[in-house]
Amino acid sequence: MHIENQQTDPATFNPSFCLESVPLKAYVKTVFMSATNDAFEARIAADSFIEPRDAMPDAYRKTLIRQISQHAHSEYVGMLPEGNWISRAPSLKRKAVLLAKVQDEAGHGLYLYSAAETLGISRDQMLEQLHDGTAKYSSIFNYPTLTWADMGAIGWLVDGAAIMNQVPLCRTSYGPYARAMIRVCKEESFHQRQGFETIMRLAQGSDVQKKMAQDALNRWWWPSIMMFGPPDDNSPNTEQSMRWKIKRFTNDELRQKFIDVTVEQAKFLGLTVPDPDLKWNEESGHYDYGAIDWTEFWNVVKGNGPCNRERIEARRSAWESGAWVREAALAHSRKRQARQVSVPEPVA
Amino acid sequence: MLRLFYVLQLADNALIHSQLLSAWCGHGPILEQDIAITNTALDHIGQARSLYQYASELLNALPESEKAAAFSSPLLQQVSRAVQEDDLSSLRDGWDFRNVVLVEQPNGDWAQTIAKSFFYDVFQYLLYQELLKSPDTQLSAIAEKSIKEVTYHKKWSSEWVIRLGDGTAESHDRMQKAVDTLWSYTGELFMPSEADAFAFQSGMAPDVAVLKDSWLAEVTAIFDQATLQLPSNNWMQKGGKQGMHTEHLGYVLTDLQFMQRAYPNMEW
Repeated sequence: MHIENQQTDPATFNPSFCLESVPLKAYVKTVFMSATNDAFEARIAADSFIEPRDAMPDAYRKTLIRQISQHAHSEYVGMLPEGNWISRAPSLKRKAVLLAKVQDEAGHGLYLYSAAETLGISRDQMLEQLHDGTAKYSSIFNYPTLTWADMGAIGWLVDGAAIMNQVPLCRTSYGPYARAMIRVCKEESFHQRQGFETIMRLAQGSDVQKKMAQDALNRWWWPSIMMFGPPDDNSPNTEQSMRWKIKRFTNDELRQKFIDVTVEQAKFLGLTVPDPDLKWNEESGHYDYGAIDWTEFWNVVKGNGPCNRERIEARRSAWESGAWVREAALAHSRKRQARQVSVPEPVA
Repeated sequence: MLRLFYVLQLADNALIHSQLLSAWCGHGPILEQDIAITNTALDHIGQARSLYQYASELLNALPESEKAAAFSSPLLQQVSRAVQEDDLSSLRDGWDFRNVVLVEQPNGDWAQTIAKSFFYDVFQYLLYQELLKSPDTQLSAIAEKSIKEVTYHKKWSSEWVIRLGDGTAESHDRMQKAVDTLWSYTGELFMPSEADAFAFQSGMAPDVAVLKDSWLAEVTAIFDQATLQLPSNNWMQKGGKQGMHTEHLGYVLTDLQFMQRAYPNMEW
């Protein structure tokens, strides 16, 4: 079912225009908003996409801006830990693959910033929120990349976890986000395979390469399973996001799915998952796993991770030292436009 | 041997230029340009790989005595199997590298990276246009494969020279300063090395000195649009093609070669 809704134009729809203290206007606004909400809820119930020009509750818009910009920032900040190894990649082939991968992350950032812009926020505003700490990004990128094996572990585990999170987002209720995610997911799944192949080469390599692979798994395992966010009983946004069909599965459901798949892959690689409590549960048909250190998770979210400061500093520094370049590009484009305008029309 | 050295000149230019450009990945002034410069770095790595693969074939085909004399770096001399691309990129020290000193100059700010790229891109375009006609089929195939991207690199860097030169007062000053800083490293592009002379005489490559006029004409035309001045200083640095580099190359190689040196003889 597809419900057309022509009641509002986001360019002009501003609920505050009827917020004056005139009772009639307030009444009109209530009726108007309620009709808008009904149409929106009907579209959600019918599994139709919400598009940028459709009316949507303010809270839905805000939730999406928060989530999509957070996702875009994660891609952008996520370039840094892997970018750290581009200059030192062990072979030219690996260097090219890594460079292409980090470039893909930049591309994902671009699609996602564009998707968020359809909700009425500019990329510059979002970056400002990233730089001043109001907007978050995935905490996983606050961990350091210490050896080459981390390039494998990030592809295998971090991209693997991201795919679990992101595949359901291809069906998320907001159209531009869902469409961006289809492309992102295709590339992420390629990255995950590349990461797995990188770590497999190490796991099947010399003793020191195996040690490097195990060390990377030891460091990245717990942060990776924390990527799905806090447990369901402590996830403030999950319920509403599920109702709005922004989210399709809960954090714990996705985490379990990831663990079930990844533990088998670790076995195949001959690596040990660093969780002594991990064991197969015949009854549930899933792996049981040990307690997650949520104190660490919240600490990293709050800024106390090993690299929080460096990551934001790198983003801010690129932004600030690039300001004159952006100004120059703008100034030059204005000059060109002015010159084009001043060229007289040829006489016929 | 001189054919090998000629191919290495091309390969080392591609690798070192790429290694420096790739440092912008994640740090560019605009996300779209971060993607663009990374793409260019990737193109140069691709060229470097093809050229090193060809250079490896040439090296492996040399008689043992010539092989031993080709390089001073002991790790490369100790490779007992057939030499591969990564041996050439990772096991030679600076004195065995034959890139021009221009490409090893630090990135500096965006203007300096643009100036360095622009000088190199115009040169590479002119050179590769000629290499398309080379009777050395490996070289002509590599030129054929690369020419589209090389043409795009020249367009991209030329546009940025114009944008910065004819942008704001600050960008103009920075662009002019970058041009002035790097100018003395451009002369080496057109000073024939022994390998260049061999390549020209054997008909596999153009006379590099002859490319200078076209290069200068193109640079001047872009500078005119960018309202930039051609530097008056005509003293030119040299040495890269003979393995005498600036101090920067050692640090570039330290990063580039770290893994192969810390964990030798492994597959990655």
